[in-house]
Amino acid sequence: MLLRKKTACEKQRSSMCLKLPDSIILRTIVHSVIQVSGLRKTYGRTVAVEEVSFEVNDGEIFGLIGPNGAGKTTTMECIEGLRKPDRGTISVLGLDPFRQIYKLQHRIGVQLQEAQLQKRIKVWEAMDLWASLYQKKAVDADHLLEQLGLTDKREAWFMNLSGGQKQRLFIALALINDPELVFLDELTTGLDPQSRRAIWDLVCNIRDRGKTVFLTTHLMEEAERLCDRVAIIEHGRIIDIDSPERLVGRHCPERTVIVATDDPMAEERFRSIPGVDAVTSTDMRLMIRGRGEDLVTEVIRCLSENRMRVTDFRTILPNLEDVFLKLTGHSIRE
Amino acid sequence: MMLLGLWKLTWIEIKIFLREPLGAFGTIGFPVLFFLLVGRAANRRLQAPAAASSSFMRVDLPVFASLLIAVSAVLSLVTIISIYREGGILKRLRATPLRPQTILIAHVIVKLMLTASTLALMVVAGKRYYPAGVHVPLFSFTIALLISTWSILSIGFLIASIVPTARFAQPIGAAILYPMFAVSGLFVPIQSLPPVLHAVTRVLPLTYAVPLLQGIWSGDAWSTHLGNVAALALVFVAYTALSAKVFRWE
Repeated sequence: MLLRKKTACEKQRSSMCLKLPDSIILRTIVHSVIQVSGLRKTYGRTVAVEEVSFEVNDGEIFGLIGPNGAGKTTTMECIEGLRKPDRGTISVLGLDPFRQIYKLQHRIGVQLQEAQLQKRIKVWEAMDLWASLYQKKAVDADHLLEQLGLTDKREAWFMNLSGGQKQRLFIALALINDPELVFLDELTTGLDPQSRRAIWDLVCNIRDRGKTVFLTTHLMEEAERLCDRVAIIEHGRIIDIDSPERLVGRHCPERTVIVATDDPMAEERFRSIPGVDAVTSTDMRLMIRGRGEDLVTEVIRCLSENRMRVTDFRTILPNLEDVFLKLTGHSIRE
Repeated sequence: MMLLGLWKLTWIEIKIFLREPLGAFGTIGFPVLFFLLVGRAANRRLQAPAAASSSFMRVDLPVFASLLIAVSAVLSLVTIISIYREGGILKRLRATPLRPQTILIAHVIVKLMLTASTLALMVVAGKRYYPAGVHVPLFSFTIALLISTWSILSIGFLIASIVPTARFAQPIGAAILYPMFAVSGLFVPIQSLPPVLHAVTRVLPLTYAVPLLQGIWSGDAWSTHLGNVAALALVFVAYTALSAKVFRWE
């Protein structure tokens, strides 16, 4: 289903994925490929996830975000059919993942957190083995390796690949059966920023080919750049679900604009803008705090209407990191 | 469908095994070397006719060396399974349409092939120094050894289920498997063991593997050893069922 327009992701290497405006998402018929309801999973006395419910829509990149130990991997592995939930129902592509795991596995691609392969297996051997496991005719392994920049590593042993190369190989293995739904668990953990960006582009590409991506991450930047929608999970419970922009708008409406100007009237003028809560000045720099999406526009209008001379202009916008802080009372890194 | 990917996985595991020279040498080289050294030492000490007539030289040494082959194959299986589990390789393979039993069967096949080829190497290498194996039914003996190995492998799975980390797999495996030789009936007749140990031997595969291998090596017909083969099969079923209950994939 390619109801949604392709993004210009490929052209914008190392820039963020273009996300679709909410209006387009609303206009398409939303069809969910994963439904989770009332999921609970315990390990001994530890409750890993509790009352987790959400849906993932066809063709979107959906992110489960939260700190380490929040229950992201447990939730994902229940959905993949690798773990049996204690309670709750899960439906993936219309199948029960635990009971119909073999049927499901032919239609999904999986990348597990911190997975390994046999140390001395060669890249092409792994691709060859994986390709032989699926009923559907596998995609061309060499073409996939080329797309992932692994062609010259075909003969290399798994143990001799770098962290980024290993992750790219795992992406290749997850894609070899041309799956409808791809699971990526902490895909870029431990990678350097450059490899991370390259992998983000790859993930956008997967979505742009009409597939659904379900990922977990504890990196807020990653979630913001990739995900169409995110679910914030902490202590095994989902706190909120929406697009990153709307989560920010809902929980962190604060905006800050910093203007450097020598206009003596500036402070007074800014104070009269609707939505402004406070204006503080230090060294010819005015910090305008307010709320609402129109704040920046209003400040610019005020500047131009009054023909004020400005030497610097900056905005500080809240992000998912701030949303997380606000919702949980602590930073995701703690 | 159940064994989807079995041959490809088995072939890959064989190649991976051969790519690790130290592991390959340890498993293949040690029993062969042991056989040759003991054989030569004993041959020098005894006069030629005495050597030929000594039942230790004629039967027990080759049986012992063959079982060493089997046990070191089992030990290498225990190590590999625990490394695969610790590294998340088993889990990664399970997240594909590969069935869990396919993964284990592939390893069993690799170990059986390893056992057979080590035995062949031992016979070839032994011929130069050691005349014992002239009229031995080698084919039947190989089959008997593979049946025995198969049965011992089930204990290997059980050990692989209980070892906490890959680091302990080799020592714990060795500590459980090698003492089994002491009560195998190869050195001390089982009847002369204390009653407690005697009871223990009933559930150990070596108890049935030793008379089977001794008999087949000496030219007995299979029909006289059906009881031992059945016992080995029973031991296999029991331990496999037990390890299926306690086996951990991650």
